[in-house]
Amino acid sequence: MARAVKTRTRIGYSIAAWTVALIIFFPILYTVITSFKSEQEAIAGFDLIPSLTLESYKAVQTQNDYFRPFVNSVILALGSTVLALIVAIPAAWAMAFSPTKRTKDILMWMLSTKMMPAVAVLVPIYLIFLRTGLMDTRTGLVIILMLMNLPIVIWMLYTYFREIPGEILEAARMDGASLRDEIVHVLTPMAIPGIASTMLLNVILAWNEAFWTIQLTTTNAAPLSAFIASFSSPQGLFWAKLSAASTMAIAPILIMGWFSQKQLVRGLTFGAVK
Amino acid sequence: MATRQTQSLARLMRAPAIILLLIWMLVPLGMTLYYSFLNYNLLNPTGTSWAGWFNYRYFYTDPAFFEAVGNTLVLVLGVLTITVVLGTAIAMLIDKPIFGQGIVRILIISPFFVMPPVAALIWKNMIMHPSYGVFADLAKFFGQAPIDWFAQYPLTSIIIIVAWQWLPFATLILLTALQSLDGEQMEAAEMDGAGAVSRFIHLTLPHLARAMTVVILIQTIFLLGIYAEILVTTNGGPGNASTNLTYLIYRAARLNFDIGGAAAGGIIAVILANFVAIFLMRAVGRNLD
Amino acid sequence: MGSITLRNVRKAFGDVEVIPGVDLDIQDGEFVVFVGPSGCGKSTLLRLIAGLEDVSGGQIMIDGQDVTEHAPARRGLAMVFQSYALYPHMSVRKNITFPLKMARMDQDEQTRRVEHAAKILNLTDYLDRKPGQLSGGQRQRVAIGRAIVREPSAFLFDEPLSNLDAALRVGMRVEISELHKKLATTMIYVTHDQVEAMTMADKIVVLRAGRVEQVGSPLELYRSPANRFVAGFIGSPNMNFLEGQAAADHGAHAIGVRPEHFRMSLTEGSFAGTVGVAEHLGSDTFLHVDLDDGTHIVARAEGEFAARHGDRVWLTPEEGRVYRFDAEGLAI
Repeated sequence: MARAVKTRTRIGYSIAAWTVALIIFFPILYTVITSFKSEQEAIAGFDLIPSLTLESYKAVQTQNDYFRPFVNSVILALGSTVLALIVAIPAAWAMAFSPTKRTKDILMWMLSTKMMPAVAVLVPIYLIFLRTGLMDTRTGLVIILMLMNLPIVIWMLYTYFREIPGEILEAARMDGASLRDEIVHVLTPMAIPGIASTMLLNVILAWNEAFWTIQLTTTNAAPLSAFIASFSSPQGLFWAKLSAASTMAIAPILIMGWFSQKQLVRGLTFGAVK
Repeated sequence: MATRQTQSLARLMRAPAIILLLIWMLVPLGMTLYYSFLNYNLLNPTGTSWAGWFNYRYFYTDPAFFEAVGNTLVLVLGVLTITVVLGTAIAMLIDKPIFGQGIVRILIISPFFVMPPVAALIWKNMIMHPSYGVFADLAKFFGQAPIDWFAQYPLTSIIIIVAWQWLPFATLILLTALQSLDGEQMEAAEMDGAGAVSRFIHLTLPHLARAMTVVILIQTIFLLGIYAEILVTTNGGPGNASTNLTYLIYRAARLNFDIGGAAAGGIIAVILANFVAIFLMRAVGRNLD
Repeated sequence: MGSITLRNVRKAFGDVEVIPGVDLDIQDGEFVVFVGPSGCGKSTLLRLIAGLEDVSGGQIMIDGQDVTEHAPARRGLAMVFQSYALYPHMSVRKNITFPLKMARMDQDEQTRRVEHAAKILNLTDYLDRKPGQLSGGQRQRVAIGRAIVREPSAFLFDEPLSNLDAALRVGMRVEISELHKKLATTMIYVTHDQVEAMTMADKIVVLRAGRVEQVGSPLELYRSPANRFVAGFIGSPNMNFLEGQAAADHGAHAIGVRPEHFRMSLTEGSFAGTVGVAEHLGSDTFLHVDLDDGTHIVARAEGEFAARHGDRVWLTPEEGRVYRFDAEGLAI
């Protein structure tokens, strides 16, 4: 008897949860559906069954050269992330394994740079970019995106490195491992999952960044965020084409995001919620 | 291990990150501060002169500035209210035993990964468009006149879009916190005769308080900088009805080429963000040890 | 070979002196247990011997050779950590092989030693699993395996059983004792559990606040504790202490009587009291007695003793089983 009631409440909860989930997901779902419609279908009123035409996808590529912003997005996201990791791994490593009295202060200060509103430094960065010829270059944006996310990267790595127990390092030393052996055989393999998680989250953040990418690019270096933002003007794409462009812009990162729920919590709360 | 040698190695390993962030923080901010005291317009670069407090006074007397500050507050508070309240409710719902919990979580978390311009365009064209949007279809279905969202309720529309983007974040964090709630504590309270409502008020809410604080603080940092959503939907209009501080400064710098004015606005934005930052740093710092 | 000698070994963390100076001789092949309450410095002393901490003063010698300045790996010791400290990304086989690999040992010899250790520790079937897939007891065995393949001159154990549940702990205790019999290698074992100390040790070192209170075989410590602290720490349940008139009658500041050294009677005896709780285990009966002067006593009778809550009982200490202590707590 109790069992039956339990199943019934479970079904109740499930229906409620699925309803909420589908409502929240609906705008994305509807965009994906519309991307497979023709333009006529797209504005013909509410309809969840598309004709499954790929003409919008083709049109986005031929008329708007979708390929270049896509490549730019990939280069910017990966480039800024790799650069950030190169700077952050040694720093986080040093702070996690040879902490000093000031380590905590340094970490807090690094975090505080993340709190600076981007718009506050828009003017100087814009002028510097104009004068140094970095405007609308991938190099310039990679540097900016790297600096923007560096505090988060250092913090995430720090919290991951800190979880490597000290006793393991002591065990390695008892086992006769030199500092080099310790790093190659023990620390690095244990740190790789943390580094991968950090990388994943940072790629997502860099891919979706939409202030500096819009401010500092026009055409050559414009990634998808700036590319899509340019459709806000009335002469932009039509519904189905817009949906196709949007779907392609979010699909890769959406799938990556699904695999990074835990890292998201850790990375964006700076370890404050686990 | 903590020999002199490893310590100097550690210093060397920390140095690049510290130096980069130091430059990133000090140089642009110093320049902003300097420009904020100049009469400097890119359309007339030869006429640059020392302005004193003029740029700040200009903001102080400009009604658009107060409208922007007001809009910023409404935007931040509106989104926070929606995301925290709905986020708590949804987190509690999907914490229950439900079928297909993994997929439900994935669906709910998804909007967070949609880049701001796409999110704004989806809502603008697919959902809220007065002739072709789903809301318009719904209104027609019920025999109502469709609402022209961005013309009639520009700020509310933006709040809805931004809340949709940030609801997953709040839900996910609150869910994480909820899952660390001690089940035995709940059962003990049930044995003590606490009903569902008092269990929520006396156990769940206090347990979530810390996560809620973190959600509120972190979201505020990001919400103060909302930009792309406004750019692709309303452009800050009609008039200044949906212009926030970030957008106002952007307009001064990029559309009016008023470097001095934009810099002064930037400094004001820094001061505002610092209020929030101090609280956030405390909350995070307590958890560091 | 594994004789270890400590000469006035001191350790201070900043201004805090945790070990003010310890002298100790450990013979080759001995099973030595460091025991004491938490914070007594027993783990620190072990880590000093291991070389994981630098001494602040004094000398550590292994087989007559001064190793005070040697790095941990050069001391020829192996350690089993409280958390096991297994390398989570390596299989059991790789974990056990790791110290041999670090020593650049010949491949065939590596394989031979790992197979041998796995056989001794019943790990043969688990060699290709990762530590995360093993139970607590199995992880413990892997940690021991990693220690024995090196054929060290001595094993160091840092509270190795404290993360296991009670039943498993008893089993592992026996296994470690058997291993010691089999290998006949010096072992130094740190624990806060006096039962582990009594059951496993050839020699117990009782520590308090960084000082050695007494060194001796389990029965020596049981029979002739040097002071009130050792008397109270060794033996279970703890020794009862009586002060005042009862002690004065024996010419001491305080007297101690172990629970098992009381004769109980329902009619007559030295001390009268009322039974608070009576625990009937069948093989033994434990009585918690409140004496008339307010002292709380635990007494043990072998077999069954018919007393219940509220009964009057009389307790008489056995002849020659009364320990006498002076005002400083030293045994008289």
